[in-house]
Amino acid sequence: MGAYTPHTPQEISQMLERIGVGSLEELLAVSPEIAPKAPLDVVPALPEYQIERRMKALAARNRADEYASFLGAGAYRHYAPPAIAALAMRGEFLTAYTPYQAEVSQGYLQAIYEWQSYICLLTGMEIANASVYDGATALAEGSIMAINATGRARLLVSRAVDPRYRAVLHTYCGGLDIEIDEIAVGADGRTDGDSAIAAIEAKKYAAVIVQSPNFFGVIDEIDARIRAAIETSGTVPIAVISEAISLGALRPPAEWGAQIVVGEAQSFGVALAYGGPYVGFIASTAEHMRRIPGRLVGRSVDNRGGEAYTLTLQAREQHIRREKASSNICTNQAHCALIATIYLALVGASGLRDVAGLNLERSRELATAVTSVPGVSLRFEAPFFNEIVVRVGNAAEVLAGLQQRGVLAGVDLGRFYPEYADSILMAATELTTTGEIAKLTAALREVVHVAALR
Amino acid sequence: MSQLSADRPAPALIFETGAPGRATEYVERSRPHGEFLPPELLRSDLPLPDNSELDVVRHFTQLSHRTFGIDLGFYPLGSCTMKYNPRVNDAIANLPGFRDLHPYAPDELAQGSLAVMYELERSLSSIFGMAAFSLNPSAGAHAELAALLVAKKYFKDRGESKRTKVIVPDTAHGTNPASAAMCGFKVISLPSDARGRVSVEEIEKVLGDDTAVCMMTNPNTLGLFEDRIAEIAAAVHRVGGLMYYDGANANAIMGNVRPGDMGFDLMHLNTHKTFTIPHGGGGAGHGPLGVAAHLVDYLPTPVVRAIPDGKPDVRRAPSDGMRFELDFDRPKSIGPMRSFWSNFAHAVRALSYLYANGAEGLTSVSQLAVLNANYLRVGVSEFLTTPYPEICRHEFVASAQELKKETGVRALDIAKALLDRGFMAPTVYFPLIVPECLMMEPTETESKETLDLFIEALREIVETAKRDPQSVMAAPVKTVVGRIDETRAARQPDLRWRQSG
Ligand SMILES: Cc1ncc(COP(=O)(O)O)c(C=O)c1O
Repeated sequence: MGAYTPHTPQEISQMLERIGVGSLEELLAVSPEIAPKAPLDVVPALPEYQIERRMKALAARNRADEYASFLGAGAYRHYAPPAIAALAMRGEFLTAYTPYQAEVSQGYLQAIYEWQSYICLLTGMEIANASVYDGATALAEGSIMAINATGRARLLVSRAVDPRYRAVLHTYCGGLDIEIDEIAVGADGRTDGDSAIAAIEAKKYAAVIVQSPNFFGVIDEIDARIRAAIETSGTVPIAVISEAISLGALRPPAEWGAQIVVGEAQSFGVALAYGGPYVGFIASTAEHMRRIPGRLVGRSVDNRGGEAYTLTLQAREQHIRREKASSNICTNQAHCALIATIYLALVGASGLRDVAGLNLERSRELATAVTSVPGVSLRFEAPFFNEIVVRVGNAAEVLAGLQQRGVLAGVDLGRFYPEYADSILMAATELTTTGEIAKLTAALREVVHVAALR
Repeated sequence: MSQLSADRPAPALIFETGAPGRATEYVERSRPHGEFLPPELLRSDLPLPDNSELDVVRHFTQLSHRTFGIDLGFYPLGSCTMKYNPRVNDAIANLPGFRDLHPYAPDELAQGSLAVMYELERSLSSIFGMAAFSLNPSAGAHAELAALLVAKKYFKDRGESKRTKVIVPDTAHGTNPASAAMCGFKVISLPSDARGRVSVEEIEKVLGDDTAVCMMTNPNTLGLFEDRIAEIAAAVHRVGGLMYYDGANANAIMGNVRPGDMGFDLMHLNTHKTFTIPHGGGGAGHGPLGVAAHLVDYLPTPVVRAIPDGKPDVRRAPSDGMRFELDFDRPKSIGPMRSFWSNFAHAVRALSYLYANGAEGLTSVSQLAVLNANYLRVGVSEFLTTPYPEICRHEFVASAQELKKETGVRALDIAKALLDRGFMAPTVYFPLIVPECLMMEPTETESKETLDLFIEALREIVETAKRDPQSVMAAPVKTVVGRIDETRAARQPDLRWRQSG
């Protein structure tokens, strides 16, 4: 019998009789030409305790927890109070579907309304949607909003935007005839203003896309000069936020000109979980309201005269508009958005400010420590949030040596930027300890030294 | 139902409670941001509320009390497969070794997670008859888009870019045409025949050398098995097109018939339906994409690659005695669909469910899902029209059209009346071809008693409608709010809290 099925053999016979069919096989009869030719090749069923045992053994084959880790690059290790899981894992939230029946979904709808509000308050935007899959797809969907708003089929994206986000943008644009041009990175680690302006003046773009803090951890606002060029050309400025904790310290993208803000909120209490599920957000000025993809929760009134929440502006969506919808998204990331909302509710303004501040503090401690090692330097000079690009010589070799010494020092930038194959992207968060930094520094001293000797 | 009842007031918005400085401290105080960055880069204020942990716990617990999930009652939402979500799966996904692994952890330190992905991918390939699966897409719609991008690239490589049309039956889910449009294809909508199925004759009329993909759901969204699928697939293949299987209804076919054997080249699964991953109030989902051999090279990156580690083969499970790596170097790939590799925590849940069942269990799951749906159909057909009165698969549609003519009571009213009786409503007004449609999917995890109770509740609603239609049209009356002014919600959008005054 299947797991979690309640039927007794007697009930099965009674039900078959009521339906008027002789057997379960008869109920699901298919013509022999399409019937499976061989038995399914899956592991035999296991009792629950053995499932746990086997899965624990698999989990134990992941060994990264034995290392001091400075991995970031779009996924961050932050403190998540246990109250988050206690609340989010309540069965009412966990086992609900999308709140189509608003009268019995008021709690979830209110939580999503609160999530939309938090995202607006943090980004300075006027509206936010109920979530999209993750940061990269948020960028792709936000770009499509700009393409639809301007009727232009060309995007300009900074090379300092997360390379995976850019790759996903390319994948999405593969189906449409969209051209993507790139802006070079300046010597200080920020998007190069001159090449941005030259590009914007040369061609008509739907959007200019900049990330801040950018992939290198550098704070990379769209500066006033670029903003002026954008305004003249009627291009939509899009800001990407992949480390949401930064919003607790840095000024909101609305203040530096963004019309659309897309990003990743994994840092708000969502587990790393080897890459997912995470939670993307899209926020914008009010003028883009009818182009924003996905679910939107609105506050209205009910027929008893009270306040009530409901999914709204559904005329944008696939179930109504089919091929004319603003996006194909249906299932989004509601539960991760709920987690992020609970996180923000728990830490509050005070806590978010502190967490952001500790990220600033620990990453500077990290920068000071690693650059004390001979042969190691920071590649970029511009101010950073919680990540730094550290020049070490041969990044791949140094990383391997550090790993042998119990340290995951970061991401080899050469993986995405051949010109930076001498550098490692390192992150420090509030969870990074002085001991971990000391361990990294000591290991670097040995490894960089060894590398130089070779 | 008491906790969802009308006499419980809504908790205030989180923004309207608390006081500055009241938040529980989870980390130490930081030094002022101005010590680290120039003031022009910093925000001047952070207008978020500070609430104590207790107040936050009460807030969200109260919100949960105003939310209906499977754990509270029967959830026959057609097309959504709202089956029981086993708690062991969550416990396993939450093991620190899985939960805390960073996506950029080196492959050699992520062997357990890679093994999970590999085993799930291989098992799904066998269950559904595909050459390979990618766990990259985040949900069903995302996988549809990925599949159509695969098709587009495949045709481009073959010099067949003139294939611009995607055929979608009129019973298809809205994501099918929306995904096709996002991929730059022209959508051809195909009318269903009198039996509620795709007609071979109709499809022949639209097939040609401009056909790219035919997207089908089988069983379709009426719950009917497309019994001429082999002929349809042959016709599409004859003109050089590809067959796409929307696997939202895969709970009806496991161990019974495989998309690969039916002639499909591409497919997705909604493992957040079929494989018990909790839907979480609207995601996160998990949408594995399966392909036949000729399309494997086009799958999104990365792909999990297995390398035998040279030990003698004493395999008990596909991953024993193997080493794994993430393969990004796939020149024909459409590229990545998302930031990272997969909704990995959900892959763990799906694999855990697979272990709980094995091949026989999955076969039985589908049989009992179909048994439950037919039992419900026969019961409901005593008092509501079932436009397709034949054996269905895992779900079926009923229509309130006649009841509406007779009493004015619509499908929507029936849905709302069910809420008052402690049941989630079926899917209503979908598929679009059935007027006043109620689409019901009980799933295999419901007992006969629950189905009987639901049938009696529905019967009572229909009888009440005939006697006192106004009372049904007034429903729901026992829920925390009544029917909501949707027009006002759309005309005067209030999508966020604002500081007043
Ligand atoms: C038939 C069908 N196809 C596709 C989808 C889309 O799947 P998802 O919501 O996972 O994107 C759904 C479910 O919502 C569906 O029922």
